[in-house]
Amino acid sequence: MPSMSKDPVLVVLQLTGGNDYLNTVIPYTNPLYKDYRPVVGIPDDKVLPLDDKAAFHPAMAAIKPIYERGEMAIVHGVGYPNAPRSHFRSMDIWHTCEPNKLGTEGWLGRATREIDPHKENVLTTVSFGPSLFRALTLPGVPVACVDNLDTYGLLPGVSEQRQRARILHWFAHMYSPAVGMGPVMDYLGQTGLDTLQGADILKEAPKKYASTVTYPDTPIAKKLKGIAQVHMANFGTRIFYCDHGSFDSHSNQHGMHDKLWKDVSEGVACFFDDLKEHGVGDNVVMLMFSEFGRRTRDNGSGTDHGAGGVAFVLGEPVQGGQYSEFPSMKSEDLEQGDVVPNHDFRGLYSTLLEDWMHLDAKPIVGGTFEKLAYLR
Amino acid sequence: MANQDISMIAHLMRRAGFGAPRAELEARAAKGYEATVEELLHPETQPPLDRNEMMRYHPWTWRPGTLPGMGAAEWLHDMVNTKRPLEEKMALFWHQVFATGVSKVDHYDDVMDMIVKFREKGMGDYRELLIEMAKDPAMIYWLDNCENHATAVNENWGRELLELFSMGVGNYTETDVRECSRAFTGWTILPKLPRGPIGRHDWFFEYREEDHDDSEKTFLGVTGNLNGEDIIRIICEQPATSRFVARHLYNFFVADEAQVPAWSVTPPRDPAAINLLSSTLVNSNYDIRSTLRVLFNADFFKDSLYARLKSPAEVVVGTLRLVGHAEFPAPGLGNMSRQAGYMGQDLLNPPSVEGWHTGAEWINSGSLMQRVNFTAELVSDVRRPGIQAIVDRLQAQGTRTTANVVDSCLDLLGPLDVSSSTRDGLIGFSEEGGDFRWDTAEHIQTSTARVAELLQLIVATREYQFA
Repeated sequence: MPSMSKDPVLVVLQLTGGNDYLNTVIPYTNPLYKDYRPVVGIPDDKVLPLDDKAAFHPAMAAIKPIYERGEMAIVHGVGYPNAPRSHFRSMDIWHTCEPNKLGTEGWLGRATREIDPHKENVLTTVSFGPSLFRALTLPGVPVACVDNLDTYGLLPGVSEQRQRARILHWFAHMYSPAVGMGPVMDYLGQTGLDTLQGADILKEAPKKYASTVTYPDTPIAKKLKGIAQVHMANFGTRIFYCDHGSFDSHSNQHGMHDKLWKDVSEGVACFFDDLKEHGVGDNVVMLMFSEFGRRTRDNGSGTDHGAGGVAFVLGEPVQGGQYSEFPSMKSEDLEQGDVVPNHDFRGLYSTLLEDWMHLDAKPIVGGTFEKLAYLR
Repeated sequence: MANQDISMIAHLMRRAGFGAPRAELEARAAKGYEATVEELLHPETQPPLDRNEMMRYHPWTWRPGTLPGMGAAEWLHDMVNTKRPLEEKMALFWHQVFATGVSKVDHYDDVMDMIVKFREKGMGDYRELLIEMAKDPAMIYWLDNCENHATAVNENWGRELLELFSMGVGNYTETDVRECSRAFTGWTILPKLPRGPIGRHDWFFEYREEDHDDSEKTFLGVTGNLNGEDIIRIICEQPATSRFVARHLYNFFVADEAQVPAWSVTPPRDPAAINLLSSTLVNSNYDIRSTLRVLFNADFFKDSLYARLKSPAEVVVGTLRLVGHAEFPAPGLGNMSRQAGYMGQDLLNPPSVEGWHTGAEWINSGSLMQRVNFTAELVSDVRRPGIQAIVDRLQAQGTRTTANVVDSCLDLLGPLDVSSSTRDGLIGFSEEGGDFRWDTAEHIQTSTARVAELLQLIVATREYQFA
């Protein structure tokens, strides 16, 4: 029974580059799968069956126990109408919920504003990655952007501890309010102090952390470990964001896709083991998505950009299983050679925003979309 | 040399270029301010960059490129190494005005072609540039003019041409938008092939007579069988257009203005400056070079020291030009070109057709940290020739107090004017080591390390974020 006294936390893991849906959750008993995928298809004796229709890619062994214990929802056929099949455009649409024009406000930027309208916590939303994802951007909404938690902070080049404390002390002095500097200077001053404060708080997280879980030495595991550390440090962070990639498997898909899913599966498994070990997983839900799925028919080496994809929702509060439906692979049902999405990603967001984060989804995703019941 | 001269040349080079190291500033100040303006206005007097070098070390710059993340690397290299700084600065200016992005175009080569056009035509006749943009394949795709047919009008390009590229809202009606769009029907691109597995095919402009709406139109009071060129001619006869371009130039080169959508309701910061630039545009037949000459020589320009926040591109390029050692197109170029994006200006990929929001909107906690850390890391590297030159100058001054050295560093990094509390902070941080001595090898080592840390704190100041 999840504790209702804890605020809900959302972790988003973006699978950048277009993850191949049909080789992730494999329709292994559908003869069309083998017809379409003479080269990249995974043979029956290698797949990890979930039921008589779907199987995980063999590189997902580490994540399969989460599905088996009923804490992983597979959401089939996710996407939106008229897929543009461009990475940039499609990722933009996922980030801003604006399929028809170029949006500038990220959906989680809007959510952050709803959660913390008075900007009381500079760490309400924390992004792990070198850049700020557009999903998180909204003018005036502070989001802490962490590349590496161990070296996070202003002026990381000054490593000697005492010297570092001194330089940051004088940085704060120089950014403190002074009379008559004007609104732009005042704004810069406040932002500088917010940045310093966020960094000051965040760097405490690894110090407080101890765990028996050993994460593998991969970029995604490092990010997820950082998220676990910040979550366990109780800074009031409600939204975490990170990504892994590139899933853009036009060629040599076999080795590439295997390695990507091995790293993601192991990182995610460690992350949830870590939360469980510390008893702090009951208020965490993770969304994994990609900007599109890939073409149904392989190209002799890999797969090209497609439309419908798959998303995953994981965590203790999740009612595991499979939701929505496998889109039809019959040639007459394909659109430009791609499986057609049957669940709008804005419905996916709406479920998470309303049934998990307790926010009104309509203004954030720009309308009302079908929700599915994978949250307990 | 009078410090006032250096200060003015430094200001000019920050605005008309991306800043310059002290030795270059001194050489330019010796030639004189007006002579420097003339040289900047005539890039053809300086040698171009060697394209073969990029092709040799980064063959992905051959078409078709379309490598995500590497797309802006070549342009970054150009901005850092050009001997024609105003030419590249104008390319950046027009890129911020005619904001077109790979997020939709999905074609780095064709967006880069726009940059090449801005280099070639960016200081020429604005009307020609507008026609060039109306025929630009990336622009046509970006604003859906390839979907603008005689039988089914698409207003995207027609509207943005009026709203963002020429007059600004409030100076035309919805009917004008419609009529303008009709005049551009049939202005499309070839070939209309779907995206290939590794990118798009190159596009070319095509005028399709049979898809052009040839009937009568009335645009801004002018009736006739108007085509796209007629629309651009009529647009440029409107007083609103010269004022709109003048405001863009002012916002980019002089001082931060309100954001473009607010211009119809927010008067200019300096109405006299806008009047001067606007009348110069009209009197010179929209010659951008003549207008820039007036701008750079005007008192309002010379009085605008540090009145603009640096854009991320200015931060990255300016820092690399200052520290040096970025001449060779080294393997880290792709990573360098992404830095401006981490600070909020993903080059060749603006957030929308409106371009980037500038001024204080460049700053948030993430972008400020990126700015400070990126710049601090580079200026603390005393092996970089630009930083070594600063250390050499300080060493030549002999033993100095901390306050002296702080003032010298502020001078050599700008000259930069800082508030008294900022100066106190810099001195407070640095004075623990006592006077800066250069008389023994050990003192040189200690003093050099202290200078490197002081430079980091200077580039971390609020004042350093301004240009």
